[in-house]
Order: sequence, then structure tokens, then C-alpha cells
Amino acid sequence: MSFLRSARQGHDHPVPSEITPRAVFEQRRELLRQFAAGSAGAVLAAWAGREAGAQTAARPGLLAALPGARSGVPGAAVMDKQTRYADATGYNNFYEFGTGKDDPAALAHTLRTRPWSVAVEGAVAKPRSFGLEELLKLAPMEERIYRLRCVEGWSMVIPWVGWSLAELIRRVEPTGNAKYLEFHTLADPQQMPGLRSRVLDWPYVEGLRLDEAMHPLTLLAFGMYGEVLPNQNGAPLRLVVPWKYGFKSAKSIVKIRFVEQQPRTAWVRAAASEYGFYSNVNPKVDHPRWSQATERRIGEDGLFTKKRPTLMFNGYEAQVGQLYAGMDLAKHY
Amino acid sequence: MSAVLSAVPRRRAGAWLLHPAAKPLAFAAALVPLAWLVYGAAADALGPNPAEALIRATGDWTLRFLCLTLAVTPLREGLGLPALARFRRLLGLFTFFYAVLHFLGYAWLDMGFDAAAIARDIPKRPFALVGFAALLLMAPLAATSCRRAIQALGAPRWQALHRAVYAVAGLAILHFFWMRAAKHNFAEVAVYAAVLGLLLGWRLARRWRRA
Repeated sequence: MSFLRSARQGHDHPVPSEITPRAVFEQRRELLRQFAAGSAGAVLAAWAGREAGAQTAARPGLLAALPGARSGVPGAAVMDKQTRYADATGYNNFYEFGTGKDDPAALAHTLRTRPWSVAVEGAVAKPRSFGLEELLKLAPMEERIYRLRCVEGWSMVIPWVGWSLAELIRRVEPTGNAKYLEFHTLADPQQMPGLRSRVLDWPYVEGLRLDEAMHPLTLLAFGMYGEVLPNQNGAPLRLVVPWKYGFKSAKSIVKIRFVEQQPRTAWVRAAASEYGFYSNVNPKVDHPRWSQATERRIGEDGLFTKKRPTLMFNGYEAQVGQLYAGMDLAKHY
Repeated sequence: MSAVLSAVPRRRAGAWLLHPAAKPLAFAAALVPLAWLVYGAAADALGPNPAEALIRATGDWTLRFLCLTLAVTPLREGLGLPALARFRRLLGLFTFFYAVLHFLGYAWLDMGFDAAAIARDIPKRPFALVGFAALLLMAPLAATSCRRAIQALGAPRWQALHRAVYAVAGLAILHFFWMRAAKHNFAEVAVYAAVLGLLLGWRLARRWRRA
């Protein structure tokens, strides 16, 4: 059954029969580890170690635990192999800490995530500020295993922990004027050395249409890999919108505004011809400077593996395609 | 008297350049970056995105060898080390060698040697087009680097052809600049542009002095 997929069914709805029993996969991992540690030679061992790491979903044990229950939202748990924690936390973009992909891991230790609050304002009946402790208890934490596709052409699979943003939106009661949401990332030059660069207009602003923000897959994440978010990945809370390019998922959020006009996001302001407001993952609409048809899965594909085809809406077409019915996606890129 | 005194250390300084082992040593040294990358790739020591690391590193080394190649004549004349000229061809060929590796890295690791996809991809991206043009421009220079080619072409024509290396330098910098433009990250580009600008400026100044 699992080999037969249709677009109608969407992707990766696991059925109990295709989930590998724990004993079996543990045995496989043990074999891989033995291979990694064994006599295969340093060269093979390194690659085998990478393989073993990619399959391990165990807690890394570096930060405070933040468990999430299995989510019932369709599409919330892809069966793709998860990216190694070291790769997901050591290779990413967070320009507030520099434009190199190893800069965030090296420099984000200066970010202070407590105390933290998020101002929710604009076209809502109940505007107010939410403290982090309150947000952590606002709704039950769920684990969501999402594909992450960067606009630069690489991808990962990350187990996030959080709850649907819709939970927060319902509590502040948007008015009829609320058509879009604007997300503001913290912009404190004391904590964020990257703000010295003028690569973007700070603060980093991202946005979603209200119906996109209300979609159950749109996640307000507080953790990953069963632990609280590391600073470099957008602690203490960030957005995760799995069908859009990664930059749409604003990190270290301090403000959420409900507005009537489509927000002018940081990347639209920087290069409107290259980055649109929607920025849905779309293999058929190329970035002006590179193709978006394929992607490289970090840490999984071997060095000489051909890049894999990028999926429409990053594989979430069955869940989110109807949001864009009738829209010209080449025009609204 | 003073001319004699200063000539002695110079001759001594240049002597090691004439040693029979100097060229093989330079050859081996020029292969060290490649050896390091091959080891890194095999041992999975190139970070989370080894393909990107390989493509970037071979591009960096192309630029470095281009700078070294173009530095031979100014250093030879400026330091009075005529023996440096023996290394110009070797450095020029290694520039081409790393440029070919850089292109192969893209064609293999990024495009899976899909010729049709490569042919579609390059013209779509100005920075790739410029880099590819630089590579194509280098090919005839590499092909005519042997003594026989110089004799066949005649020195003036050979020299005119090899002035294309200045265009290669311009295209290479433009390629690097465009690639980094996305992140407004021009610090490294500026270093290479300054070095190449200095080396080309020295040639312009020499020509102007002679005229």
C-alpha cells in the first residue's frame, strides 16, 4: 500500500502496518553503529556514522526537555528520515547573527530568551502581551515532523515541538479588518551582532495571509528534537510554515500584528523581484538566480547523489493547495 | 660598488628557484588543496553540506591560483628574480585545473552530469554564465601553454592571445561578486578584487612608463 501514492491522498500518512517496529529499527541502528565504530576504516565510518545519526530521533540531551504528543493534524508527521540534530542546529540562516550558515551556531549564545514576551496587537478584539511561560501552557505541545525547504536549494526534516498558531489567533479574536498577520523578530544590537550589517532592514518582518496563519499546519514552535529551541534556531519561539520557503518562518518573535494590508516583508523590501510575499515552495517557479526544481537533503544524500526533485508546496499540496485555488502562482511567487 | 653588493643577495635569493627540486615541489604544493578536499570528502569532514563546501573551495582556489599566476611578472621584475618566470606556466595551468574542478563540482554534484539541465541552467543565471565564460576563455590559454605552441603561434601572437587572462580575471571577480551579492557579503570579494586590481594596475603603470 505504501508504495501507491496519489496527490489526492497527500503525502506520508503513516498507517500502523508500515511503521517499523521499535525492536527492528533499534537493531538496525545498532548494526549501523557497530559498522561506524568497527573495522570499516575511518573513511567509511564517518559516512556510516552520518547515516546512523540521521536515523536517530532520540533526544540530544543538550537543552531542557520539551516533549510533544503525536499530532493528529494531517501531514504533521512526514516519514522522511530526520536530519541530524548537529546539522539542523549548525547549518542554518539567521541573519541577525551573521550571513554565514555557521554564524548562528557560533554567535547566538548572546541571545537572552528569558524574560520574553510577545505583543499581539492590531486588528484584534483582545490585543495583549503574552509572557513566554503563559504561551508554553496555552495549548498542548505537539510533535510535528516537517520538511524544511530553504529558498537556497537545500532541505532538512525536523521534528518541531509546538502548537498550531490558530490556537493563539482564536484567543485574541481578529476583527473583520484582520486580513494578514505580521511577525516581528527581535532586533537588539546588544544581543545580535548581525544587525550591524545592512543586508536587511531590521527588524526582520515576515507575514502570512490570515487563512494561511489559521491553517493547522502553521506551527508556533518552542522546541525541536524533544527539547527547547536552541538560540540559533529562533529561541524561544518561532513560526514554522512547512509549505513555504524557510525564510517565511520568522524566528525569535516579539510581536504579532494583525493588519488589513499585505505586509511589506523584510525580503520583499530587500529584493522584491527575487522574493515574493507568498514564497510557497514551487518547483515550477524558479528564483531569478537559480532553479527551484531540485534540492539537496542535508546530511542524508551522499556526496554524489543526484539532488532530489522539489515537491509542490514542499509535499503539502493535499493539505494547503486549496488556499491558493485560482491564483496564478507564477505571478504571486 | 653598491650595485654589486645588492646583486649578491639577490642572486642567492633566486638560487633556490633554480634548484632541480623547486618545480616538482611547487607542483606537489599546488596539489595540497586538492588532497585536503579529497580527504575531507572521504572522511565526511566538510560540514553539513559537503557538495557546497567542495564547489566553493575549488572556486576559492581558482581565484588564489589566478592571483599567484598574475603576481609572477610583477614579483619577478619588482624583486629582480628572473627565475620566478619558470613557475608561471605551472601556476597558470593549476588555475585552469582548479577552475575545471570547480565546474565539474557544479556539473556533477549540483546537476548530476545532466547535460541538458546544465545547458538550461547556465544561461538562466548571469553569475554562472560569467563563470562559464571565464572557464571557456581559459581553455585556449591552457591548450597553448607548451613550448611548441609558442613556436607555432609566434611570440607576439601568443602573447596577444594570453592577454585574455586579464579578461578572465575580470570575469572571475564578477562571478564571485554576483554570487555573494545575495547576502551583501563583499569582504572576501573586495580582497580578491584589490589583489587582482593591484596586479593589473602595476601592468598598466608599467606600460604607461614605457610609452
